[in-house]
Amino acid sequence: MDNATLKDRILGMVPGAEFQETKQFLTFVIPAGQMHDLALRLKNDADLAFDYLFCLSGVDYVKYLEVVYHLESTAHKHQLVLKVRTEDRENGAVDTVCDIWRTAELHEREVYDLLGVKFNHHPDLRRFFLEEGWKGHPLRKDYVDEVNIVEL
Amino acid sequence: MGIKNMKEADFRDNETLDLFKKTGGNVIVSTLDAIMDWGRSNSIWPLTFATSCCGIEMMATGASRHDFARFGIEVYRASPRQADVIVVAGTIVNKMAPVLRRLYDQMSDPKYVIAMGACAVSGGPFFYNTYHVVRGVDHVIPVDVYIPGCPPRPEALLYGVMQLQRKIKLETLRDPRKTENLKLY
Repeated sequence: MDNATLKDRILGMVPGAEFQETKQFLTFVIPAGQMHDLALRLKNDADLAFDYLFCLSGVDYVKYLEVVYHLESTAHKHQLVLKVRTEDRENGAVDTVCDIWRTAELHEREVYDLLGVKFNHHPDLRRFFLEEGWKGHPLRKDYVDEVNIVEL
Repeated sequence: MGIKNMKEADFRDNETLDLFKKTGGNVIVSTLDAIMDWGRSNSIWPLTFATSCCGIEMMATGASRHDFARFGIEVYRASPRQADVIVVAGTIVNKMAPVLRRLYDQMSDPKYVIAMGACAVSGGPFFYNTYHVVRGVDHVIPVDVYIPGCPPRPEALLYGVMQLQRKIKLETLRDPRKTENLKLY
């Protein structure tokens, strides 16, 4: 499916989706509440068949946190990027997609560990790289560690 | 062999090492020392240890084009018990530091450490604004030779290894190299 058709399909499925002009990927910002339903349809629809989540990452935009999903269909060879923003920066929460794409389980743990985005219904939301009992989330813009960080 | 723009005689001559030799106990290097130093300095076995991109340069140094076996630094050993030198090739993060320390402790004396690349020397590009990088591997283990670069070219590693060999050639049985943990002999 080419990007123009794909764009119409996504906008048809989620009227609240916001299209973003980017160079490489077809990109949409999806309202947080509709992400899980949309992900299910993208996976199960025979025309779309996004069966491969090849990256899940988090971004701190200071005002809000964002989770970015890179999707690909191995059958149809099309790609898509979805972004979800959390309303609350401190206790931002997004529904997990690890019941749809199993790989998301570890990716979401990483995003939780480093940025502190919580994922609802995640089966095992623990820290991933850092030790248990670590305070704070080091990739946040406002993270302070006076012992280890040398400010430039 | 010399390094680019450096005469062979200058390469062989090193005032610091000569001074080290003179102040190191005033011992005449015996035949036994000469044999020991010759053997040790020409059969340095490195540990298979690389944590990031410097490791790629280290592999290139060991591979056929540069081939540091020519200079007596030979087979990579997978076990620290069999290794003589640990080339710290790459960034050491706080979580890796105890592992590195344990590897070093498990090596048998005489053991040597080469800090390869900016990260191992000082933390390099990760010195500022990071929460997780050890700023110089000499906070964890004692270092014999520092090789700057990001990453250093294979020639730089070869040069560093040769510096280590020259350092080893100054050892004597009377005044063995003082290591941090235990004294041999």
